[in-house]
Amino acid sequence: MRTAIAMGLVLLAGAPAAGAPAPAGAEACTGCHAVRPGQNSAGSIPSLAGRSAGDITSAMLAFRTGKGDPTVMDRIAKGFDEAEIRAIADWIAGQR
Amino acid sequence: MKGKTGRPVPGRRTVLRTLALGAAAAALARPALARGGPAGPARVVVVGGGFAGTACARALARSGVAVTLVEPSPVFTACPFSNAVIAGLRGIEGQRFGYDGVRRDGVAVAYRAASRVDAENRRVILDDGSALEYDRLVMAPGIDMRFDALPGYDAAAAEAMPHAWKAGEQTLLLRRKLEAMEDGGVFVMAVPANPYRCPPGPYERASLIAHYLKTRKPRSKLLVLDAKDAFSKQRLFQAAWQALYPGLIEWIPLSEGGKVTEVDPGTGTLVTEFGEHRADVANVIPPQRAGSIAIAAGVADRTGWCPIDPVTFESRLQPNIHVIGDAAIAGGMPKSAFAANAQAKACAAAVETLLRGEAPAPPKLINTCYSLVAPDYGISVAGVYAPAKGLLADVEGAGGVSPAEAPASFRTREAAHAQAWFDTVTAETFG
Ligand SMILES: Cc1cc2nc3c(=O)[nH]c(=O)nc-3n(C[C@H](O)[C@H](O)[C@H](O)COP(=O)(O)OP(=O)(O)OC[C@H]3O[C@@H](n4cnc5c(N)ncnc54)[C@H](O)[C@@H]3O)c2cc1C
Ligand code: HEC
Repeated sequence: MRTAIAMGLVLLAGAPAAGAPAPAGAEACTGCHAVRPGQNSAGSIPSLAGRSAGDITSAMLAFRTGKGDPTVMDRIAKGFDEAEIRAIADWIAGQR
Repeated sequence: MKGKTGRPVPGRRTVLRTLALGAAAAALARPALARGGPAGPARVVVVGGGFAGTACARALARSGVAVTLVEPSPVFTACPFSNAVIAGLRGIEGQRFGYDGVRRDGVAVAYRAASRVDAENRRVILDDGSALEYDRLVMAPGIDMRFDALPGYDAAAAEAMPHAWKAGEQTLLLRRKLEAMEDGGVFVMAVPANPYRCPPGPYERASLIAHYLKTRKPRSKLLVLDAKDAFSKQRLFQAAWQALYPGLIEWIPLSEGGKVTEVDPGTGTLVTEFGEHRADVANVIPPQRAGSIAIAAGVADRTGWCPIDPVTFESRLQPNIHVIGDAAIAGGMPKSAFAANAQAKACAAAVETLLRGEAPAPPKLINTCYSLVAPDYGISVAGVYAPAKGLLADVEGAGGVSPAEAPASFRTREAAHAQAWFDTVTAETFG
């Protein structure tokens, strides 16, 4: 029933097929990172569009221990546990 | 121009007429989330088209909710990077954004100010007397100056002693005054106690004005009169001031008489608890509160800010009204554009879930405030937040400020990231 309503909405809105609802924290990443293919990455912050969930997860886990030469990602990644990171990575990788 | 539904995007006139005709017409023009009742599809009104309100309206429209954004100005002027405008490093054009992008996504924009909220009947009354009905209202009016809080300082005094704490004419006015100041002049800033919009903003401004003075008017002085004894990223700012602008900036904290208690715009005098200072140019950043409409709607408490539920952003004082951005009491989150944007998206998800009759999951939020202490020298403070004990609390072990010891290349990278953040967030919101 819920899926039916959701699908109906997407059809009505004519919006690009929206993926699953964003897991906690994922939409705060998009303040800095482009995540949708085709979305321009503005300048020095790397785009995450088209990255695999595995890549994003391993980068985040490395940042948590200070690896990867971060300026800010170590401070951010430490606020998420591994399950949260995997959920966010899946969501980003699923953006169309 | 065509909207995604193939219908023409309504122009300003049409929008207003549609609004005047009532929600039925608006509902026809746009897909809407079923409320499941006989009363028709759910309607959300968002008041305030700044960082918080615009991002929230856009996210709601993208998830299929019928949403009207109420904002008096067709052009939004962003505060982040406006300190660089004052210091002559950037034009004001780069600060300006419009609403075509959100209209393309299906947001109806009413270029009006909300003048009243009738919470009982769930109606927002606009300044032309027309009314918008809502199932849920999101308020994101930003801040207003508390002109009653500093004797001598009012809207007229802000012409002589600009605050430049809302970007636009005030920003350009302060820049002109800085440009007109003679070499050897004294520039005085008055900084308020917490809480206020953008905790590190005054110190970024001091840094960039010092950069201007050092390069153009090296015999001048910058005096910062502060109503606090400690401030955001303090060690990083002070180390940079020492290294880049030795002897140029004098910071006077509360305990040394920094609190400005009265101003005289006629003579350019700032009175503190310990004495008087004469300014050639004065930048007075007064105490602030939530935008007036939040007070009128009854969502602000005695502090002048709006208490909210940290999961749904719903007001603790009025049901069905959500408050986001600077106006809200967001626990550990500072009043920043970054936080406003993160809150907007979390609030949109919560509102959409509530309209479906379900319970929103607790959000997780991030904030990062970049500051420039020189054009190629950036520093940042970051935090991660989650609901705890009824507030948005810092997630332990995360966040913090840029390292105290770092090579110049690290500061250069953060300066570039600051610009990249601004470009990304404004494109996501207005683009
Ligand atoms: C000098 C300076 C530098 C800053 N630098 C940074 C930075 O580097 N990074 C950062 O993250 N933040 C920064 N900030 C803070 C940032 O600007 C604010 O936190 C942000 O604008 C808050 O968003 P908001 O949507 O709550 O309010 P705003 O962006 O101010 O938007 C409020 C909107 O509501 C509208 N409104 C008000 N009343 C009504 C009404 N009655 N009806 C309809 N509409 C109404 C207004 O017209 C306005 O468009 C800075 C601020 C300043 C002053
Ligand atoms: C304040 C801006 C900001 C936010 C918010 C942010 N990032 Fe980052 N991200 C960066 C920067 C800058 C880098 C480059 C490394 C550095 O300097 O820390 C980066 C790098 C990355 C990388 C490595 C990409 C590469 O090509 O090496 C990943 C993966 C990543 N971020 C994921 C995330 C996720 C997931 C979130 C949300 C939980 C997030 N980021 C939130 C700024 C941000």
